[in-house]
Order: sequence, then C-alpha cells, then structure tokens
Amino acid sequence: MSAIFIMIGASLLLAIGFLIAFIWSVRSNQYEDDYTPSVRMLFDNTTIQEKKQETNNKTKKTK
Amino acid sequence: MKVKEKSEVNTICYHCGEDVVERHYHIEDKEFCCKGCQTVYEIINKSDLCSYYDLEHSPGINQKQEVRKGKFDFLDDAQIIKKLTHFQDNTHQHVIFYLPQMHCASCIWILEHLDKIDSGIIKSQVNFVKKEVTVIYNYHETSLKKVAEALTIIGYEPHISLNDVSSSKVKKYDTTTIVKIGIAGFCFGNIMMLSFPEYFSLAKSDDIGLKTWFSYLNLALSLPVFFYSASEFFISGYKGLRQKFLNIDAPIALAVLITFGRSVYEILSGTGAGYLDSMSGIVFFMLIGRYFQNRTYQTISFDRDFKSYFPLGVSVINADGTEKQISVSELKVGDRIKIHNDEIVPADAILFLGKATIDYSFVTGESLPVEKSIGEIVYAGGKQTSGAIELEVVKEVSQSYLTQLWNNEAFKENKKEVKVSFIHRISRYFTYALFSVAITAAIYWSVNDPSKIWGAVTAVLIVACPCALLLSATFTNGNMIRILNKYKLYVKNASVIEHMSEIDTIAFDKTGTITEQGKSEITFKGMELSSYQSQLIRTLANQSNHPLSKSVVSFLPFTKMLNVKNYKEFKGFGTSATINEHFLKMGSSEFVLGKDSHQLASGSRVYMSIDEEFVGYFIVKNAYREGLENIVSSLGNQFDLKILSGDNSSEEGYLKNIFGNKSKMLFEQKPEDKLNFIKRLQNNNKRVLMIGDGLNDAGALKQSDVGIAISDDTNNFSPACDAVLSGKNFTLLKELINYCRRQKTIIFASFVLSILYNFVGLFFAVQGDLEPVIAAILMPISSISIVLLTTGLSSFYEIKLKRLRPDKSHY
Repeated sequence: MSAIFIMIGASLLLAIGFLIAFIWSVRSNQYEDDYTPSVRMLFDNTTIQEKKQETNNKTKKTK
Repeated sequence: MKVKEKSEVNTICYHCGEDVVERHYHIEDKEFCCKGCQTVYEIINKSDLCSYYDLEHSPGINQKQEVRKGKFDFLDDAQIIKKLTHFQDNTHQHVIFYLPQMHCASCIWILEHLDKIDSGIIKSQVNFVKKEVTVIYNYHETSLKKVAEALTIIGYEPHISLNDVSSSKVKKYDTTTIVKIGIAGFCFGNIMMLSFPEYFSLAKSDDIGLKTWFSYLNLALSLPVFFYSASEFFISGYKGLRQKFLNIDAPIALAVLITFGRSVYEILSGTGAGYLDSMSGIVFFMLIGRYFQNRTYQTISFDRDFKSYFPLGVSVINADGTEKQISVSELKVGDRIKIHNDEIVPADAILFLGKATIDYSFVTGESLPVEKSIGEIVYAGGKQTSGAIELEVVKEVSQSYLTQLWNNEAFKENKKEVKVSFIHRISRYFTYALFSVAITAAIYWSVNDPSKIWGAVTAVLIVACPCALLLSATFTNGNMIRILNKYKLYVKNASVIEHMSEIDTIAFDKTGTITEQGKSEITFKGMELSSYQSQLIRTLANQSNHPLSKSVVSFLPFTKMLNVKNYKEFKGFGTSATINEHFLKMGSSEFVLGKDSHQLASGSRVYMSIDEEFVGYFIVKNAYREGLENIVSSLGNQFDLKILSGDNSSEEGYLKNIFGNKSKMLFEQKPEDKLNFIKRLQNNNKRVLMIGDGLNDAGALKQSDVGIAISDDTNNFSPACDAVLSGKNFTLLKELINYCRRQKTIIFASFVLSILYNFVGLFFAVQGDLEPVIAAILMPISSISIVLLTTGLSSFYEIKLKRLRPDKSHY
C-alpha cells in the first residue's frame, strides 16, 4: 500500500509540471493574440516559393 | 445616379480591387485604377514581395488619396521619438504603430516583411486583432520617420494621434486572471480526485495513514486557491464593507473563509475531511464567470476623447518663413501654423492666408462644410477641405472651444459606476435571508443539542453561498455581450446591458447618426438637360470649391472641361461665367431668378440658368439611413424620441414626417446644450439613451444613461461612449434594446433554480450533518446547470434578432 503514497506524490509533481508550463505560456503572452499566429504559420511555404521564384528570375536574367 | 463609362469588360485594379475607370495605368497585363496603386505595386514588385498578391485577391488599399510629402516630419523630433518608442538601446528602437487599414492575410504577410522594403528594419510583428504592428529597427540606419513613410508608401499609413504621446503607459495584457483560473482549476481537479476515497468511505476501513496523507495533500493544494485565486473576492468585499456597502463579493468571501476555516480545523483535528473540494470548485467557477463577462472586444476603445482625433504634429511657420514640425501639445498662442488639405485644425485660430472650407460635421454636426474668409476664427476640430491655409493660434489646444467640453463635470466623475446593479440588491436580501436561517438553526440547536450549533451554522453558510447568483449574472452577461458583438453592438461592460434595459427615452443626433456620413442625395428638377448643357453646368460647378458645387460635379456624368471666361464668385449667392459663348449662372434663387422663393421643402437648392434662361434646380439633401422610417415608427411606440442636432433646421419638415409631431426636435445645439438637455430629461426621471457619432455628442453620450456611438467603420474614431454600434445594423436598434431587456428575466430564472438547490442543501445543513460528498455533488451540479440555463436562455432569445439580421457576415 505504501506504493500509493509515492505514486500519488509523483503524479502530483507531474501535474504541477504541467501547471507551471501553463503559467509560463500565459506569462509569455502566448494568449494575447490568438489570430495572427494561425495566419503566420501558413506563410513559411510562400516564402520558400518566393525564394525559388527569385532564383528563377535571377537565372533568367543571367541567361 | 452615377453614369460611369463602363468599358466592355469590367476590369478591376490589380492592387486594390476597385473598378478601373480610366485605363491609363498598367504594367504588363496588370491594370491599376490610379497612379498611387501602380506605384505601390512597383515598390512591392521591386522588393520581391509579390506573394502579397497571391495570398488574397487584390488586397491593397486604394491610393487615390495621396499622402502629402513631409506629413511625418514631426517624427524627427527627439521628444516625440522618445514618447512614441517604448524601448530603446544603443542601436535599436521598438515602436508600435496602429494601422487601421489592416484587413487580410496579405496585410499580415507584407507587414511582417518590412525588412525587405527598408533594410534598417530588423523585425516587424503584427497583432491582427489589435491592428498593430511592432517594428524593431536600427536607428543608425533608418529612423522613425522613415519607418512611418515606408509603411505609408505601401499603403498602410500609421495612425498617430495626440493620444499616443499623452498616455505613456502601454496597455498591458492582463494575464493574472487566466493564471488564477488555471491554478484554481488545477487544484480543484486534484482535490476532487484525492477526495474520492472519502466520498466512497474507502479509506475508513483500513488505512488511517492514507486518509491523513490525502487530507494534508488537499490542504496543501487548497492554499494557493484560498490565498491567490480567491484574493480578489476578499479585497473587493473588504473595500465594499469599508465604504459601508455590502456588495456581492462580501458574502462570497465570507463563505469561502468559513469553508476554509472549518476544513482546516477538521483536518488538523482529524475529525473530518473538510469541504476543500467545494471551496476550490466555487472559486474556479466564479473566476471563469468573471473572465467570461469581462472579456470585452479588445480592438475597440471606449474612452477616447479629442486627443485621439487630433493629429500629433503640426507645421509651424517661423518668423523667417521656414516651416518646422512640432507636437500639437507645444502649440502656443500666437504661433503661425500651416494646415494642409484634409488636415484637422488643432487649436482655435484666425485664418491668415488661403481659402478655408472647413468641414465641421464631426465637431458641430453641420452637414455642409463652411467657408471662412481671412480674419475669421476657425475652431479646433474642423477639417480643412480646400488646399493649404495658414492660421494664427489664438487659444492653446486644451483651452479651445471644442476641448473645453471635456472640462464639464460629466467627464470628471463616473456616476454610472456608482449606480448599484440590481444583482447587488438581490444579493443583499439573499444575505439577510441566509443569516436569519443560520441564526434560527443556531437557536434551535442551542435548545436541543448545543454541540451541533457550530456545525449547523457553518454548514448553512457553506451551502448557501450566493455564488449561484454571481454565476448567473456573470454567465448571462458574458453570453449576451458575445451575442451583441455578433450584431456589431460592442458594449463597454456588462452594466451597460442592465442600463439599456431601463431606457424609456431615446435622443438622436442627426448628422452622421440618422444620416449617412459623407453622403448626400441629389435630384434635379427642371427641363431635361442635353449632354451639352450638362457639360456646361459641370464645367461651371467645377470652378468653385463650394460644397454644393462639388456635389453637383459628382452628380453630373463625367465630361471634359470646357473653356471658362469671366468667372466670378459672389459669396453667399453663387457663381457666374461665360463658357463657350454661353452665359451661365448658378446659385441661390435670388441670384439666379432675381426673386426669393420660399424654401419650405427640405435640403439646399442650387438654381441654374443658361443664357439668362432658367433651366431648373438641384436639390441637395442629407441621405438618411436605409430603413430609418421603419425603425423610427416602431421605436416611437415604445420610447420617447428626441432629436438633438447641431445642424440648421433645414430638414425639420422632412424629419417631422418621419418622427411625427410628438417628438421634440432641437436644432443648432452646441455640445453643452446637448449635454444639458439630457441632464434635464434625467432630472425628470427619464432614462435616456443617446445615439450620436461626433465629438459634439461626446458630452451628451457621457451624460446619458447609455451612450451609443454609431460608427460606419469600427476602426474610425468614435467618442467616449458605453457602446459602439455599426451603422449597418442601425435598423436592429429596437431588437437589440429588447434583447437587453431579457437580461433580468434570464438572471431571475437561473436564480430561482439556484434557490431550489439551496433548499436541498439547507435541508441537510440545518440538521448539522452536511456530508462532504453531498456538498461535493451539489456544488458542481448547481454551477453547471446554472451555466447551461443562462447561456441556453440568452441564446434562445437571440432567435428574434437572427431573423432580422440584415448583415450576415461576421466581423
């Protein structure tokens, strides 16, 4: 039965870890703007594409 | 009305998406509506930022109105830079710009790639909800002015107002509430889990050690809830008591305190497990309710005054004729200032040079711009509409005619806050009832079994905590605010809903409120005009800067201008000229016909004659909002209607038709008059709803029980008010008010429900033995059922609004 003492303690510690993670995410203003990041996330692809186009253009020019 | 020469194929501008009328501007196969759009495209193309056009179709901002060069010169001023930037080290400065034009994913994209346009910019980050961009730049390589200009060039002119420098503190996003909720929720869940053995009497049988271990863990977990999460209830309850006012937080704080005290006692003495699960649960639910209620629409500011309307910089002309940009707050009496086209006069000043046509529609409510001649005084807040002028300041910004309104006492105290909400009144009765039950139980047990007094009294106070009442109020309000937002009525806080439900009188402003801003309705009466005649008239009208002539120009179909000879302007009467050997006259009937015709009908008239032969007249009228007649007649059945207009009474006849003879109409009202009129109504025990839009309504909006600002574009300036309503949804006004009236019904309904739960709880409590398991079941069930009932009812009452909704799009 003594195992349950340790297990309960361990589970609480684990949960407190998540609580701290949550508090950290709030404090670092991750919930301040809940719209822009969702759009920004999609941009990375377009930047790569654009770079490709850029290089294409350059090669065209050199030709 | 407008006859556009439509090209066979309807082409739209590649940049901004507007129709291309003149096909002058194109690059390769891309067409543009104006030079400005083409320039922006060239810059974007040069900086390899053309993904801008791939993300959204024609995302640009129309560039027909050019921004004057040197407009941002004041941003070179070290003082202003210091005030605007919020961080600075040896190389970098951080600045936040407000960009009201931001509207789509493309905007975010280009604004986060500013470094390609100006290499001195290191990073730019957008907050789309607030329409702000944070720019970090190296100030050795670029400057604040250059950053602002770079933004302007690509079509995002930053909005910089006097307000940005006067309120130095940056509004911080409040994280403590969320942290408090997180901690309370976490502890609630864990305490509940650790209490399971207690609920089912599992631990009783064998292991005392396990039981105490669980109890002490619970106690440890409840400490952050009691000392941190619940702290605001204690603080607010204590503050209320110190002012001898029993607010709703006081009994809640008492209940939390007693629950905690009794639980600690039971655990330490080993007599029981306490009610820590119920306590943390209550705190958790109440905090969620508060958060839900206070989560107002963050992009709309409700406390703006003239400072956010006024520009930050102004050009001052030195004695030697050179121009210098200074901050408006530094303007002194005697300074000579230069105001360019479309700029706002920041201080009362005398016209010195140039031709002034001042648009006061926002400040006084006059619908047509006013012409001023040299030597006349121009009041602050007017917008110059005809080229550059020079003025001499006669009063400082804070002392001007317009800004003095803000010295009125209505702006000093916040009397609406003082008014006690009916929820507080109910909670007070509830508390009295509760105490009498507790005392009755105490008396009963002191006679029968004195050992049970303590248990019964604390149990009564634990079970019958008024948190159900607080929960009903916060969740109802929160959901109603959310639903009202959907219909583009953005309320400042929850108390507005309650005030709105008590309204019996509605006062309307005219210009911009029941008329549509910047729109006029023109009709022509007289003989049929040939296209040649209309060309003649348009040419003459185009010579004058008078607002009426401008309306006529925009009304007539586009034609080429003809040769004008002998052009003459007679101030207050009209103009005349010889065009292509025809003598044209245009102006008042006295000027054109030689006799004064009685103007009974509404609107201003412009008479025309060609070669001394009368051809007809134009009627220029305010354009009223669509559906005005319907909404007014249905509101009239329910409320007293008044009109408070700063404009002249030329539309009185028409308005009488709509509003009927019963409604009082006041014209040529100064801002103070409006405020005082509202005050008089209130002294006669009227609850007044004021609907306005301009700075001239600011006093009345503040004084009224509920002040609603109408805004056709929610990014635009709106004066201090309790709520902002989109002009498109003006016709929903009556239903929105009626919806707010449901608030009390909903709260009462859920209150009745919670009373039922309280009876069940009290039944156990007065007997002196409240099992923790019963408290633990009652508490979440009652909380959750109340949340469901309130949100369900408030959504149910939305049905009527849903049917009438003219504008289906979300914000």
